[in-house]
Amino acid sequence: MALLEVKKLGISFGGLRAVDDFSLTIEKGDLYGLIGPNGAGKTTIFNLLTGVYKPTDGTIRLDGQNITGKSNIEINKAGIARTFQNIRLFSNLSVLDNVKAGLSNHYAYSTAAGIFRLPKYFRKEKEMTERAMELLRPFDLVDDADTLASNLPYGKQRKLEIARALATDPKLLLLDEPAAGMNPKETAGLMNTILTVRDDFKVTVLLIEHDMFLVSGICEKLSVLNFGQLLCEGKTSEVLSDPEVIKAYLGE
Amino acid sequence: MAFLDNLINGISLGSIYAVIALGYTLVYGIAKMLNFAHGDVIMVGGYVIFTAMTSMHLNGYLSVLIAILCCTILGIVIEKIAYKPLRQATSLAVLITAIGVSYFLQNMALLIFGEKPVTFTSVVNIPKISLFDGQIVIKSEAVASIIISVLIVIFLSLFINKTKSGRAMLAVSEDKDAARLMGINVNKTISLTFAIGSGLAAVAGALLCSTYPVLSNTTGAMPGIKAFVAAVFGGIGSIPGAMIGGLLIGVIEILGRAYISPQLADAIVFAVLIVVLMVKPTGILGKKVNEKV
Repeated sequence: MALLEVKKLGISFGGLRAVDDFSLTIEKGDLYGLIGPNGAGKTTIFNLLTGVYKPTDGTIRLDGQNITGKSNIEINKAGIARTFQNIRLFSNLSVLDNVKAGLSNHYAYSTAAGIFRLPKYFRKEKEMTERAMELLRPFDLVDDADTLASNLPYGKQRKLEIARALATDPKLLLLDEPAAGMNPKETAGLMNTILTVRDDFKVTVLLIEHDMFLVSGICEKLSVLNFGQLLCEGKTSEVLSDPEVIKAYLGE
Repeated sequence: MAFLDNLINGISLGSIYAVIALGYTLVYGIAKMLNFAHGDVIMVGGYVIFTAMTSMHLNGYLSVLIAILCCTILGIVIEKIAYKPLRQATSLAVLITAIGVSYFLQNMALLIFGEKPVTFTSVVNIPKISLFDGQIVIKSEAVASIIISVLIVIFLSLFINKTKSGRAMLAVSEDKDAARLMGINVNKTISLTFAIGSGLAAVAGALLCSTYPVLSNTTGAMPGIKAFVAAVFGGIGSIPGAMIGGLLIGVIEILGRAYISPQLADAIVFAVLIVVLMVKPTGILGKKVNEKV
């Protein structure tokens, strides 16, 4: 069974049809790319998948479970986590606390235990710190654990966003333009990181990206979106040589 | 010695302002709204203690516990009924609603307890402190106010910076949407913030009414506004700022009353606020928010 099954998804904002009749199937373990010109509706699809917007039509199924129209939190619990195109870290929290904020749902202790500092509080907090450190390791962020997120260099902030998303223990990780604003060297590093994350954390990755070097380098399959509609989908090499796709990107 | 006496009175009053200001600053920092009904929750706390002690003949400390419980629930209910439906509304709509809730609480108290102020029996029964052979006496209420406010600041800071719920509160204060997408329950977090803020208001009510033992339906209004001034003064959203702001406002008010003019004391407090905001618009410990261009 496919991990993510999106069928005939659509959303209208007033008279504007931002996404129309969009279908997508992602198998477990895929590294899938969603590409398309600016304004094609890629981020809108991420917002639909994570419950930021409620779809006007269509269904979204994750691992067989219907998550269409569910709230952000329910969808996150069901197993979708994301990063943002414009970085949205908790900038006044430390790197470690950003990841621990993502861990909240998996380490339960009551507010009362926190207020009165019961033994359970110390035990759970210690477990959370250990887990958070594990999550920071593949991103080379262990040494920055106590730094404020806002003081990290840009490339590391992008990585921290991925670590924070992984903290919620997702089945499907959505990366919204992870390489935006990176230089070629940073992008190459990021590509390795994404591959490692996919293999080590056993997550499926769906990413939006304009950087064709990254897309052709690591994505196994692609869907191309144009004016809110699916233009074509398939293996990366085939999609990128499709004349329709080239036309959409470069014009006539 | 008179000066020291006044200073101690100022610190004592300032400690009470600090406890109230913490409630303001917490709710503002996390829910990004000014809860103008906060002062009236203090009054409700005062009446709960009064009722528990006079009609039910309960012990003072037990009455305070009951008041904390009642105000905590009241805070959660107010948030759920009055503010939650306005989560997406403009901040002005929320502000006006808060003023509405404030009047509602004041008038409910008027309806139940009447317009005649009642005399409040102090719940504090620790010994007073005598210094310099009894030349300076620190009243037990002052001792309690100072100790309790310091303890609250320490506990609150630890809670917010070191626990899961506290971290969720900080995350929500920075970016509600991102927090939600990381699986943090924003509604529950805001509810918790109101619960803690209102619980603190009950403590402030106990201290305020014990120090100034007259209780009426508008008891909370003026201290509420002054504590709001204190929170802005110290830098709204900052916990240590609320403490510092509260102490300064208390001291300025009492010294102003003693040495400048009893009638002008309040005016002096607000004048100082205006001057501070002209020099440092974010308050003493407030952070400057740089809008990205």
